[in-house]
Amino acid sequence: MTIALRLGLLAALLAVLALVPQVLTGRADILNLLFLILLYVTLGESWNIVGGFAGQVNLGHAAFFGIGALTARQLWLAAHWPFPIAFLAGGVAATLFALLVGVPTFRLRGAYFSIGTLGLAEALRIAVSNIFPNINALPADITATYDIAQHYYLALLLAVAVVAVAYVSLNARIGLGWLAVREDEEAARATGVNLTYHKLMALVVSSFFAGLCGATFALHQASFYAEFAFEPAWTFDAVLIAFIGGVGTVVGPVIGAVFYILVRELLAVNVSQFHPIIFGVLFILIVLLLPGGLIDVWSRLRRATRKV
Amino acid sequence: MDPSVIGQKLVFGLFVGSNYGVVAVGLTLIFGVMRVLNVAHGELVMLGGYASYIAFNALGVDPYLSVVLSAISLFLLGLLLNTVLFQYVERLDEEQRIKNSLLISFGLALVLQNLALFAFSADDRSVRAAYAGGAFVIAGIVFPYTRVLTFVVGTAVVGALYLFLQRTYFGMALRATAQDWEAAAGVGINVRRTYLLTFGIGSALAGIAGSLVLVTFSISPTIGLAWTLKALVVIVLAGMGSVYGAFLAGLLLGVVENLSTIWVGAEYQQMVGLLLFLAVLLLRPRGLFSR
Repeated sequence: MTIALRLGLLAALLAVLALVPQVLTGRADILNLLFLILLYVTLGESWNIVGGFAGQVNLGHAAFFGIGALTARQLWLAAHWPFPIAFLAGGVAATLFALLVGVPTFRLRGAYFSIGTLGLAEALRIAVSNIFPNINALPADITATYDIAQHYYLALLLAVAVVAVAYVSLNARIGLGWLAVREDEEAARATGVNLTYHKLMALVVSSFFAGLCGATFALHQASFYAEFAFEPAWTFDAVLIAFIGGVGTVVGPVIGAVFYILVRELLAVNVSQFHPIIFGVLFILIVLLLPGGLIDVWSRLRRATRKV
Repeated sequence: MDPSVIGQKLVFGLFVGSNYGVVAVGLTLIFGVMRVLNVAHGELVMLGGYASYIAFNALGVDPYLSVVLSAISLFLLGLLLNTVLFQYVERLDEEQRIKNSLLISFGLALVLQNLALFAFSADDRSVRAAYAGGAFVIAGIVFPYTRVLTFVVGTAVVGALYLFLQRTYFGMALRATAQDWEAAAGVGINVRRTYLLTFGIGSALAGIAGSLVLVTFSISPTIGLAWTLKALVVIVLAGMGSVYGAFLAGLLLGVVENLSTIWVGAEYQQMVGLLLFLAVLLLRPRGLFSR
């Protein structure tokens, strides 16, 4: 495919996605499904920046998502800030937390970083469940003007932004630094890559979008316990999406999110709670047999057909 | 503060801590020997608990006797898991081995947890043996029978593991493999078989821990992650791979958690452990009990 053709296809896709709410005015269910897919694109891609590009398997992603959700929801509903500002504040709060915990946790390497972040996120979840024990519901005046199309556009904007940032940064100097850190820390250090700086930048970008993702969730979800946004399931979903689609690639998490949500919603209609088993098995198979994820199936097929 | 209250918390901390210790010893044994970080360890604990629960309800087997049953069934499950999953990370170098085993076991945890939801429903389960309400009192400190028995069984199991590792040929082979698998292979130790049996023994320990958890706490399909975390906290405190240190660190964690309720609410008990864990991870990553 030539570059012009690619850009044309991308523009067409975005135009279609932008027009969906206009065309499907009566179909809130489809819009809701698309909203979920876009939300999980952001969730997966934001994890992918730190976990896939920089190779730091962050098992505390839910903490950043949760902080974004909690901050935005509290500022919006309790402090009556306009939502757009509360939304941005959610991303900023998650970033600040990343800066706070990034320096100490990145002293840990490999698996130690993973279990350290997992422990940190769980500690935060327990604290939040004790500090905010009550369910948080949208007040009546807001539910009266609840507009799924608005949520959809916000999620679309965010998903496009995170994918664009992932693409641009991966092709920039910083992205090369991330890959170097991922492939071999010693070699990267020897060639003058500042390890802590690169890891921290990856975490900052990742957590900013994870926070905004949580803030979008806070806008959309009618009622939830604050603790729910800190559940480890958010981390697990992000990791699953990145790996299923293709970890460390820009498009991988997008494909992963589409696949994940479609299969999950499809199975939820028929057999409830069956999807985690399928995704668990699929995840194991991918780690063992197809580390490139679904996106790799596509390129393998293309290579195979070319030979024929 | 009344000294008997502190004494009571101390004793209860030791009882709970022995439970933490047994969970952690299995995980750290597998990690130390194989460099496999099995984050589905808590799910194995959960399954061990169900093995005992079923034995109690269907056959009327006392939960402390059914540790044998859950140990055997989890040992077999461990052999199976190693054969179909974890042996495939053996050929990777150490760092990749840890990372990939972590990812694989993360998927495994998801599968086991949801299979258990299907098989056993989401209800909390526990068993009450006939002697469950009983206790004896020494110097104003209450010793409930079940807690004492849990402590005794847990300590005995770790003691047996100690004898096994120190005194038997296979125990020595296992320790040699942990120190340097290439050198071990060089002197004729079958490293593959050692890995297989290590995973089996580690899983059996998780099974035993599950039976004990069933009596002293309760079980449900979703307890896995909490117990994995607990075990990770303990093995980081002890220094990863330190088997006997893990039991001591388990006791220590139990005591610290229980004593902390003097100053903070019981709902923050879990957090105290996690914060201690983060502090040790950052300040002394080698752990408290390693040289």
